Amino acid sequence: MSRATPSQVFLHRANYRQRRLRDAAKLLPVVGILLWAIPLTWPAASENHQANIGSAGLLYVFGVWVLLIVLAAALTSRMRPNPETPQGEGAEKE
Amino acid sequence: MMSFNFLIAVALGYVIVLFAVAFLAERRAIAGHSNWLQSPIIYTLSLSIYCTAWTFYGAVGYAARSGLEFVTIYIGPTLVMVGWWWVLRRLVRIGRAQRITSIADLVSSRFGKSTQLGIIVTLISVIAGTPYIALQLQSVTLSFAVFAQVEGVIWEQADFNRTAVWVAIGLAVFTVLFGTRNLDANERHHGIVMAIAVEAVVKLLALVAVGVFVVWGVAGGPAEMLDRIDASEIDLWDQNSGRWIGLIFLSAAAFLCLPRMFQVLVVENADERHLHIASWAFPLYLFLMSLFVVPIAVIGLDLLPAGSNPDLFVLTVPLNQGQGGLAVLSFLGGLSSATSMVIVATLALATMVSNHMVVPLWLRFQGSQQAIISGDVRHVILLSRRVSIAAILALGFLYYRTSGGGTALAAIGLISFTGAVQILPAMIGGIFWRGATGVGAAMGLITGLLIWLWSLFLPSFGTDAFISEAVMLNGPWGLSWLRPQALFGISDLDPLVHGILWSMLLNAGMFVLGSLVTFPAPLERLQGAQFVNVFDHSNAAPTWTAAAAGAEDLLIMAQRIMGSSEAQAVFEQEAKAQGKVGYLPEVTLEFIERLERELAGTVGAATAHAMIGQLIGGSSVSVEDLIAVADEAAQILEYSNRLEEKSNEQERTARALREANAKLTALSIQKDAFLSQISHELRTPMTSIRSFSDILREGGMTTKEQGRYAGIIHDEAVRLTRLLDDLLDLAVLENGQVVLHEQTGNLSDLLDRAVRASDAHDGALTIMRHRPDEDFALTADLDRLGQVFINLISNARKYCDADTPELTIKVRSSATGRFVDFIDNGSGIAPDNQALIFEKFSRLTDGSKAGGAGLGLAICREVMQRLGGDIAYLAGATGGAFRVTLPLAKNPIALEET
Repeated sequence: MSRATPSQVFLHRANYRQRRLRDAAKLLPVVGILLWAIPLTWPAASENHQANIGSAGLLYVFGVWVLLIVLAAALTSRMRPNPETPQGEGAEKE
Repeated sequence: MMSFNFLIAVALGYVIVLFAVAFLAERRAIAGHSNWLQSPIIYTLSLSIYCTAWTFYGAVGYAARSGLEFVTIYIGPTLVMVGWWWVLRRLVRIGRAQRITSIADLVSSRFGKSTQLGIIVTLISVIAGTPYIALQLQSVTLSFAVFAQVEGVIWEQADFNRTAVWVAIGLAVFTVLFGTRNLDANERHHGIVMAIAVEAVVKLLALVAVGVFVVWGVAGGPAEMLDRIDASEIDLWDQNSGRWIGLIFLSAAAFLCLPRMFQVLVVENADERHLHIASWAFPLYLFLMSLFVVPIAVIGLDLLPAGSNPDLFVLTVPLNQGQGGLAVLSFLGGLSSATSMVIVATLALATMVSNHMVVPLWLRFQGSQQAIISGDVRHVILLSRRVSIAAILALGFLYYRTSGGGTALAAIGLISFTGAVQILPAMIGGIFWRGATGVGAAMGLITGLLIWLWSLFLPSFGTDAFISEAVMLNGPWGLSWLRPQALFGISDLDPLVHGILWSMLLNAGMFVLGSLVTFPAPLERLQGAQFVNVFDHSNAAPTWTAAAAGAEDLLIMAQRIMGSSEAQAVFEQEAKAQGKVGYLPEVTLEFIERLERELAGTVGAATAHAMIGQLIGGSSVSVEDLIAVADEAAQILEYSNRLEEKSNEQERTARALREANAKLTALSIQKDAFLSQISHELRTPMTSIRSFSDILREGGMTTKEQGRYAGIIHDEAVRLTRLLDDLLDLAVLENGQVVLHEQTGNLSDLLDRAVRASDAHDGALTIMRHRPDEDFALTADLDRLGQVFINLISNARKYCDADTPELTIKVRSSATGRFVDFIDNGSGIAPDNQALIFEKFSRLTDGSKAGGAGLGLAICREVMQRLGGDIAYLAGATGGAFRVTLPLAKNPIALEET
C-alpha cells in the first residue's frame, strides 16, 4: 500500500489537485451552513406585511441551493472516480 | 369531473404497474442484468423516500402556515449530501466492510456486537417510526376523501378506517413479496429499489406539473408569481431563529438516522462512487421538490375558500381549476410518496425487529445446543421478518385509529424525526471516536429516549391523553423543573426546539460521560478500531481465540441460516483457498471471522456472533489475547525479517550452486571433447602401426622396404609413447600428485640448457638473449621450469612463420616479480584464439606438421601454476609472445599431499 509517509511533502501536481478538490468538498457544507444562516439576520414579520423580506428571501434561499448544487457537481465531476484513498487518508487519520 | 371509481381504478392500475416493475427488476437482477439497476441515478432516486406524503402534501400546508420554514426539512439533507465526504462516505464504507444490515446493526456491531444496544435502537426506531407510518396512511386516505368529496360524498370515520386498512394490507403484501424474497439484507432488494425509483419520478413529475400549472397557468408567469407571493398573506419569514437552526439540524440528523434512510443510503448502496453523483443530484431533486411549494400555497390561499385544508392544496388547486387529469397525477404522486416510504420503512424496521429482537430471543429460547441441530432456520427468520412487517403496519394502523387521524397526527412528523435522531450521538461517536463505549451509548440512547418520550412524544397525544394538564403546567409531583415542555425551568422555548435541545444535549452528554468513565470490552475495542479506521486497510485482529468447533458443525449451522447451496459455496471456496479438496475447510480463525461476517449479512452482527460463540464455546477474545496478538505481531515481524535474511542467503547459495553447476557442465563437455580427441590422437598412429605391421607380416618385399616400414612403425610408436607420456604428465599435474624437486640454480644456465634441448641451435631459429639480465639465482623445480622453456622455444621453432625466424628472450624484474618473455617475429596468434591455446588439444594449425598432440601449452600452464608462477599469452607484442612469471623464491606451492 502506498501509504503517505510523514516525509512525503511534495506531491505530483495531479495528486495535489485531487487533495485540494477533497478539501473543497469538505468545505462545501460549511459554506452552505453559513449562507443559509444569513436569513437569521432578516427582520421578523411585523404586524403589517411591509417589513417582511418577501419573495426576495425566497429567491435568496433557492439561489444558495442552486449554487451548492452547481459547486458540488463541479467538484465531484473533477474528482477521480477512484481516488488514491490511502494517500488521502493520511491527513484525517487519528 | 371524474368518478371516484375511476380514481380507484387508476390507483389500482398504478399499483399493478409498480408490482410489474418490481417483478421485472427482480427478474433482470437474477438474470445478472443488474448493471443499470445499480446506476447512480437509481441510487439517487431511491433516496427520494425521504420525501414522504407528509412532505408531498404537507410542505404546501407548512408553507401556508409558517412561510419559508418548510424549506428547513430539505436544507438539512442537502447539507448532508453536499458534505458526503464527512459522514456518508465513512458510513457507506463501514456498511460494506462490516456487512451492516440496519442502523441498529451498525450501533450494535460497533459496540461489541451487543444484543442489548440492538434492542434499544430497534425500540427507538419502532416507536419513532410508527406514527410516521400512520401519517402516510392518513395522507392517502385523506386524498381519497378529497376525490370522494368532489362526488359529493362526505367521508365518515369508518370510511377512512376502511381505506386505511386496505392501504396497509396492500403495502404489507408488496413489502413481504419483494422485501423478504432473499434473506441476505446485503443482497440488495432490486425490485423494491426499482419501484421506489419509478415512484420518485412520478412524485417529482406530479409536483412539478402542479407547480408549472400554478405559475404559468394560474399566475401567468414567474414575475407575476413573485408579485402575488409578495402580496400574499403568508409571512415568508415569520419565525424565531431557534426553529430555523433547530429544524435544519433535525432534518440533517434524521436524514442519517431514520431507519429507512439508512436502508437506502448505506445498505442498498451498491457502489461507493454513486455518492459522487448523488451528492449533487439528490440536492437537485430536493430543490425541484420544494421549488413550487410556496407558489402552490400562495395560489391555494388565493383561490380556495377560507378554511380549506392547506395540506391538500396540491390536490384541491387543480380540482378547483377543473384540471382533473392533473389532480389524478398529483394523487398518484402523493400515493407514491406514501407507499415508497412505508415500504422501505417497514422493511428496515422489520429487519431490525427480526434480527435484534425475535431471532436472539428465539435462539435463547431454543437453548444453547440448538445451533448445531440440523434443519433450516431460514424459514424461521423469514417468517419472523414477514410477521414483523405485518405487525409494524398493524401498529401504524392502530396508531392512526387511536389518534383519530386528526390534526394531532400532522404535528407528529417532526416529533417522530426527533425520536429517530436520538441514535445520532451513538452513531457519529461510534464511527469517529474510538473511545466511545457500549455503556456510554446505551446511557445516551436511553436518556434521549426518555426525554423525547416525556417532552415531545407523550404530550403529542394531546393534554390528558397520557399526561394530565396539571402535570403539564406544574410538573409531576409538583416538581416544576420536570414540566414536559419546560425542563429545568426553561419555559420560553418553542416546544419542539426545547425537546430537540434537551434530548440531544443530555443524550450526547451521557454518551460522552459514560464512554469516558467505563472500560470497553475487548471485542468493542476491536470493532471500534475497525470502524474508526475503516479507511486504513488494516487487517483486523481476530475476535476469536480458539477454533474449537468442527467444520461440519459450522457448515450445518451456516446451512440453516444461509441456505445449503450458499453455505456450501462459502465453505468450498474457503477449502479451495486452503488447498483442500471437498467442502470442509480447516477451521482457522480467519475462516471463522469470514463466516461470521457472512452470517452477519443475514441475521445481524450480534446474532451471528452469538451463534458462532455457541459453537466454539464462547471463547471470545480477551484483553490478554489482544496484548498477545500485539506481541505476536512483533514476533512475526522479527520472524519475517529473519526469514528475509535467510532467503537472501539462500539466494546467494543458489547462485553459487548455479555457477558451480555451469562449471561442471562445461567441464563435462570438456571431458567429452577430451575423450573424443584423445581417442582420435591415439587412433591415428595405431592405424599406421597396424597397417604397416600387416604388410610386414605378409612378407615378399625387399630389405630396404622392410627397413622403411619398420622405421615408420617405430616413429609412430615413439609418437604414441610421447603422447601417452604427455597425457600422463598432464594427469599427474592436474591431480596435483606431482612431486616437486626444489633446486637452486642460475636462470641463464637453465635457459642455455633449454635452448640446447629444444634443437634450436641448428640455425633455423635465431635466439637473441641479454645475458646480464638472466644472471640470477632461482629456487624452484628447475627441471619442470626447464620443460616449460623447452616447450616455448620449440613452439617458436615450429610455428614461427617469419622468413628468418627470430626469438627474443627477455628477462625483466619488477616489484611484483620476475618475468621471462619469449617473443618471436612471426604473425602471432589471432585474438580469438588467444584464450584457447592453453587448452588441451588446442592445436591451431595442422597437427601433423607440428607433430604434437596440442598438449604442450596445457602442460606448461599446469606446471607453472604448480610452481607458483604463471604463463600467459602476451598480447600486443611484435609477434607470438609468451610471458612466464617466475615463482617467487619463498613460496613455491608444493601440493604433494592433495
